[in-house]
Amino acid sequence: MTLKHFINLEWKQYFRSSYWQKSMALNVLLVFVALYFMVMFLALGIALYPILKETFPEQDPLNIVNNYLFYWFLADVLMRFFFQKLPVMSVKPLLTLPIKRSKVVHYVLGKSSFSFFNVLPLFAAIPFGVMLIANGYALISVVFWVLTVFVITLIINFLNFIIESLSSETELSYLPIIAFAGGLFAINYFNLISFTNLVSNAVSSIYETPLFIAIPILVLIGLYLINFSKLKKQLYLDSSLKTKTQEVKASNLEWTRKFGDAAPFMQLDLKLIWRNKRSRSSVFILVIGLLYGLFFYPNPVYQDQPWMFAFVGIFVTGIFLINFGQFIPAWDSGYYKMLMSQNIKYKQYLKSKYTLMAVSVVILFILSIPYVYFGWKILLAHFAAAVYNIGINTHVILFGGSFNRKKIDLNQRAAFNYQGTGAVQWLIGIPLMLLPLAIFGASYFFFSFEIGCLVLTILGVIGIIFHQKLMNLITEKYLDSKYKMIQAFSQDN
Amino acid sequence: MIHTTNLIKNYSGNTVLDIENLDIPKGQSFGLVGNNGAGKTTFFSLLLDLIKPTKGEIISNDILVKDSEDWKPFTAAFIDESFLIGYLTPEEYFYFIGELRGQNKADVDALISQFDDFFHGEILNQKKYLRDLSKGNQKKAGIVAALIGNPEVIILDEPFANLDPTTQIRLKGIIKNLAETKGVTVLISSHDLMHVTDVCERIVVLEKGKIIKDLATSDATLKELEAHFSGAESA
Repeated sequence: MTLKHFINLEWKQYFRSSYWQKSMALNVLLVFVALYFMVMFLALGIALYPILKETFPEQDPLNIVNNYLFYWFLADVLMRFFFQKLPVMSVKPLLTLPIKRSKVVHYVLGKSSFSFFNVLPLFAAIPFGVMLIANGYALISVVFWVLTVFVITLIINFLNFIIESLSSETELSYLPIIAFAGGLFAINYFNLISFTNLVSNAVSSIYETPLFIAIPILVLIGLYLINFSKLKKQLYLDSSLKTKTQEVKASNLEWTRKFGDAAPFMQLDLKLIWRNKRSRSSVFILVIGLLYGLFFYPNPVYQDQPWMFAFVGIFVTGIFLINFGQFIPAWDSGYYKMLMSQNIKYKQYLKSKYTLMAVSVVILFILSIPYVYFGWKILLAHFAAAVYNIGINTHVILFGGSFNRKKIDLNQRAAFNYQGTGAVQWLIGIPLMLLPLAIFGASYFFFSFEIGCLVLTILGVIGIIFHQKLMNLITEKYLDSKYKMIQAFSQDN
Repeated sequence: MIHTTNLIKNYSGNTVLDIENLDIPKGQSFGLVGNNGAGKTTFFSLLLDLIKPTKGEIISNDILVKDSEDWKPFTAAFIDESFLIGYLTPEEYFYFIGELRGQNKADVDALISQFDDFFHGEILNQKKYLRDLSKGNQKKAGIVAALIGNPEVIILDEPFANLDPTTQIRLKGIIKNLAETKGVTVLISSHDLMHVTDVCERIVVLEKGKIIKDLATSDATLKELEAHFSGAESA
């Protein structure tokens, strides 16, 4: 019985991975997140009917829900694209064994329908259905309504794999999906074609004539078959299982010479960031970080709470520092042994990282100047935060890095990738974010906003003045843990 | 050049390396053979200060390896692919290593131009990152990178593995040339007895971390080694 073997293999792969054994805490956290969502959906499913009934007494709750289904499905597509991956088993060893290729593919696809993303909507749909029945809706129709939602969820499931494989063939990564979803949303929003009504009408007609459910089921089967033939074609060593080779894009980095003896490492770091999937995405996160202020500043509620400004400032100007810095020196874990046997000074190596982070803070501060539109206090707070980031946080994060013991595989993608994450990454957040917030908050509370900014700035300047001394301390710490790091980085997880 | 005394490495109670005394003079081509787990890579890692000895010490050119870092300028090594930086092209990698060893671009270019036939047109100007090269080609790049900057000690772990026959023969020429004409101390390990006896003046056999044979290579050496290892197999 092949299926039994597959499941058995999968089980062992999961529980025997050193990753699982090492990061129990992370797994517990993930389970809690999953439980949280399940409970939330359950609560939503139960409470939705009474809430809608009370808020819109004239309308049919089912109709309202149907009207919002389009947005739900759109959000589902987006979520999946970023977080769900086709559960490809490590199929390579199976290829030479006497197992039919189609069986492997069926298994992989079948397994994907049990994904958390497919089960989650049921937690809301089923209780909502039960509430409908309890309120006198026709039993059979409601059952078919729930079924329809489930079938459409599965359709999205298989559609996502097609979108993903298409977008992975191009270099544009998530641009097409954003354009696609954004386009649909816009067409709907400006009423060119009302997808809201379309989806709503389709689901309603299935509710009225359950036989129509055959249509989504046929679509589902069609998508499954497309996935099947696509995957089956790719189960050869020279197609998808082969790691992709990239054309080299060389760029001239001579300008880094300005940074003196740290220049070779700066060039290396810049190439590292740009040429690897995992680190490249930390550049894209910059954009999100920069826009983070827009969540707060336009909102009048926060306008009267200037103590928030410093926190946002630390985040906005330090997003690269946090994102890149927390995995120093794990970025170089793949070739750490080589670096350690080379004729290098640890100090230069660390100086390069420091310079990168400090420069990024300056650039991000300049880019965040337009926030002055929401008040000059914001600019002041951002400036103080930027100085604090350069003077204190860079050193803190470099120091924290000497406790890093987790290897990073640069070629894996970033979203929901916890590789390399350990207790260090969680703990470092305390001095990094909370400490400046506490300092600022206290001086704001006891004195004034301006004093708070001044204190942060002074602390930052002190850090900059003692830069050399601090770097020597940090270097020593790295030298101390050299053997431990080499050993940890040469272990696969 | 390299003096090893009472060197012991333990892993959770098991002794994986125990060398009482081993002197390697300057300019010697030194071969290390032994079955898996004999301690070859452990010895090389200790030479490069990648792991800490449990006891004892290695002195390279009057420098205590475990305490000082001054052995680094004259020592180069290629142990495995983890010595390569996957997201660089071979050229960028050579220049990077060159930079660390105080060589400018022209120096590096001059050196690697000598290895055109060794590269066999598969390394340079390929517009490929090191991570996308085949195992054999990665090895070629790593070995040549270890020659940059005129090191006096070169350590190569299993240099012949994964190489095609033509390249193996060329590599033998390169290693011999280094030791004979340039006075470089070359340390290699190999599972291929024929290659080691071809290349090395001296061969040391490790077994379970201990030196059990120390031979000056002669016509009889290959036979002796073969006899030893076939005997070791049946025992």
